[in-house]
Amino acid sequence: MTKKTGFKDTISQIFVGNTVPIMFIVLIIFAIPLSGFSSGYLIQEMVTRVGRDSFLVLSLLLPIMAGMGLNFGMVLGAMSGQIGIILVTNWGVTGVGGLFLTMALATPLAALLGWMAGIVLNRAKGREMVTSLMLGYFMNGVYQLVVLYFMGKIISIKNPVLVLSRGYGIRNAVDLKGIRQSLDKLLLLKIGDISVPLATFIFIALLCLFIWWFGRTKLGHDMRAVGQDMGVAEDAGIKVEHTRIIAVILSTILACYGQIIYLQNIGTLNTYNGADQTAVFAAAALLIGGASVVKASIPNVFIGVILFHMMFVVSPMAGKTLMGSAMIGEYFRVFISYGVIALALALYVWKHLKERERARRSLRGAQEP
Amino acid sequence: MNRIRGFVEKAGWARIIIGMLLLSLFIAAPSVGVRVDQSITDVIARFGMNGIMVLGMIPMVQTGCGLNFGLPLGIIAGLLGATISIELGLTGIAGFAGAIGLAAPFALLFGWAYGKLLNRVKGGEMMIATYVGFSSVSFMCMMWMLLPYRSPKMIWAYGGSGLRTTVSLEGFWIHILDNFLAIRIGGNFLFPTGMILFFVFMAWIMWAFFHTKTGTAMTAVGSNPDYARAAGINIDKMRSISVIMSTVYGTLGILVYQQSFGFIQLYNAPFFMALPAVAAILIGGASVNKANIMNVVIGTILFQGLLTMTPSVINAAIHSDLSEVVRIIVSDGMIVYALTRVTRKSR
Repeated sequence: MTKKTGFKDTISQIFVGNTVPIMFIVLIIFAIPLSGFSSGYLIQEMVTRVGRDSFLVLSLLLPIMAGMGLNFGMVLGAMSGQIGIILVTNWGVTGVGGLFLTMALATPLAALLGWMAGIVLNRAKGREMVTSLMLGYFMNGVYQLVVLYFMGKIISIKNPVLVLSRGYGIRNAVDLKGIRQSLDKLLLLKIGDISVPLATFIFIALLCLFIWWFGRTKLGHDMRAVGQDMGVAEDAGIKVEHTRIIAVILSTILACYGQIIYLQNIGTLNTYNGADQTAVFAAAALLIGGASVVKASIPNVFIGVILFHMMFVVSPMAGKTLMGSAMIGEYFRVFISYGVIALALALYVWKHLKERERARRSLRGAQEP
Repeated sequence: MNRIRGFVEKAGWARIIIGMLLLSLFIAAPSVGVRVDQSITDVIARFGMNGIMVLGMIPMVQTGCGLNFGLPLGIIAGLLGATISIELGLTGIAGFAGAIGLAAPFALLFGWAYGKLLNRVKGGEMMIATYVGFSSVSFMCMMWMLLPYRSPKMIWAYGGSGLRTTVSLEGFWIHILDNFLAIRIGGNFLFPTGMILFFVFMAWIMWAFFHTKTGTAMTAVGSNPDYARAAGINIDKMRSISVIMSTVYGTLGILVYQQSFGFIQLYNAPFFMALPAVAAILIGGASVNKANIMNVVIGTILFQGLLTMTPSVINAAIHSDLSEVVRIIVSDGMIVYALTRVTRKSR
């Protein structure tokens, strides 16, 4: 191998490694002036959205560490969180107390669903992502069955705010007066015109600390070993399947808390169309932050959330200026969310295959003389 | 006892349970006031509407590209053909043939590019296909608004630009295949001969193709890539051909679907059209790396039968509309089951 190709390889490696964030930064630089938003507005939006969404994105980190890719099954956690919220709203518990009660109620459900998802994914090694995606769709069906038909009939839900006028089933949109912004408003910090939900950020910081600490425990090391090579980990005496199940359970529970934090900020429960989208947006944000399917860090999460949501905020207005229709911008951001996942996945697999090819070539080169 | 066990093993529990469920729905139908002949008509019609898209799963499964979650690409080609045909004002047979002819170049182009992409991402096809499908659908959402269509039958009445979300085929080529040699018995039974004949013809082409030299080579690529490479088969080329075939079948499939349904559905409609097709072939007994025409026929009848019968029977029996939930649970549950059933063969 000559020096020249080696250099070219390095350049292409750097480019391929960071294509997605670079593309986004360029896109946003063009879109911000077109949208005509003030910087104050954009900063406020970003602070709000980082508080609202980063917990959900952080929940994706552990399965990636365990080599299971993007856990689209995190929607199971989001659904548990929503069921918790429905129950707490039904009992009329309000404020931060209500919020923590929701979390306490939803945790066992999320753990149970996560355990089940872990078992399913252990049976689909090598295609965890597509299986977790389909599992999410499947469980969405079960969730609808429970919420739309069982609640009010089998599970006692009496509150007229929740129940459809026919006597059973939960309304399409539920106003969460009781817990709206209860965490955000707990410690509200004002810097100039910008309000920072400090309590939410403390919560997120604690989770980051937990993930950082977890990576240094025995279990964290085991998880990384499993992610590297299941066969080697098995030989080293690590319980591979057990470790993978734990990764999924933790991810599901965290996604459940993430969804609860998200909903307390939004203040309205979109009962049927909310949960199934969380995983797509979380995954897209993480990938935009420069993560890949096998490697993701805490900085990736925050860079990703900021870039993704910046695009989310500016693209409808930019679309209106550019094309004369805000709908185009709407479609554009949906296209970007899906497109970036497709691109990041394709680049990752492609890179992986190329590296294997390169390794094989260098092996052959070494044997030749 | 052994024979029963053999049958169960061959057919698979999932298929037997769904078959039994369907049978019991048919038996229960008259007692809740649902007409059986009407139901059979519906099942046949929906079989014809969806059958060709399900057939399109076979080539990619056979060459080891996995289930074609990227079916929306083929569907988009079909939508382009259909809308351009209407734009040109073609009606009747010419309209339908024109739609096929105009869609074909798009289908070949998309299939070729999609095949190129999938050849570069061996091992991750299904996940990437899913998101390629999703992103192309959302990309086309923008295009349906921007492309310079002029036909007043298709664009929004106000504003004067951008296609409607559904375009009626009334006066163009609605039921063009359905009504060809259709057999009517009584007021409630109708056999859409033309559409079923078209399905049989497409299935025959698929069958014949897999018995040619190229077709056998394709099967070899899927079942044993190392052997295929040793035999001098160009693996990437075979995979490309299979992806193009799957895409073209998706395109024809959606056109047949539209002529029977009577509407062209644009924008978000193609998003989840891949899942029912995937679920149908899996219910028919196909796996992630093996599928044949029998799987398609059995699977489409069982799955579409279930989709037709559950709402009508359950609504009549307990007065609540469970159909959407049942569809999601059956189709996605089936896909999860199939993905977990076979362990990945070592590469």
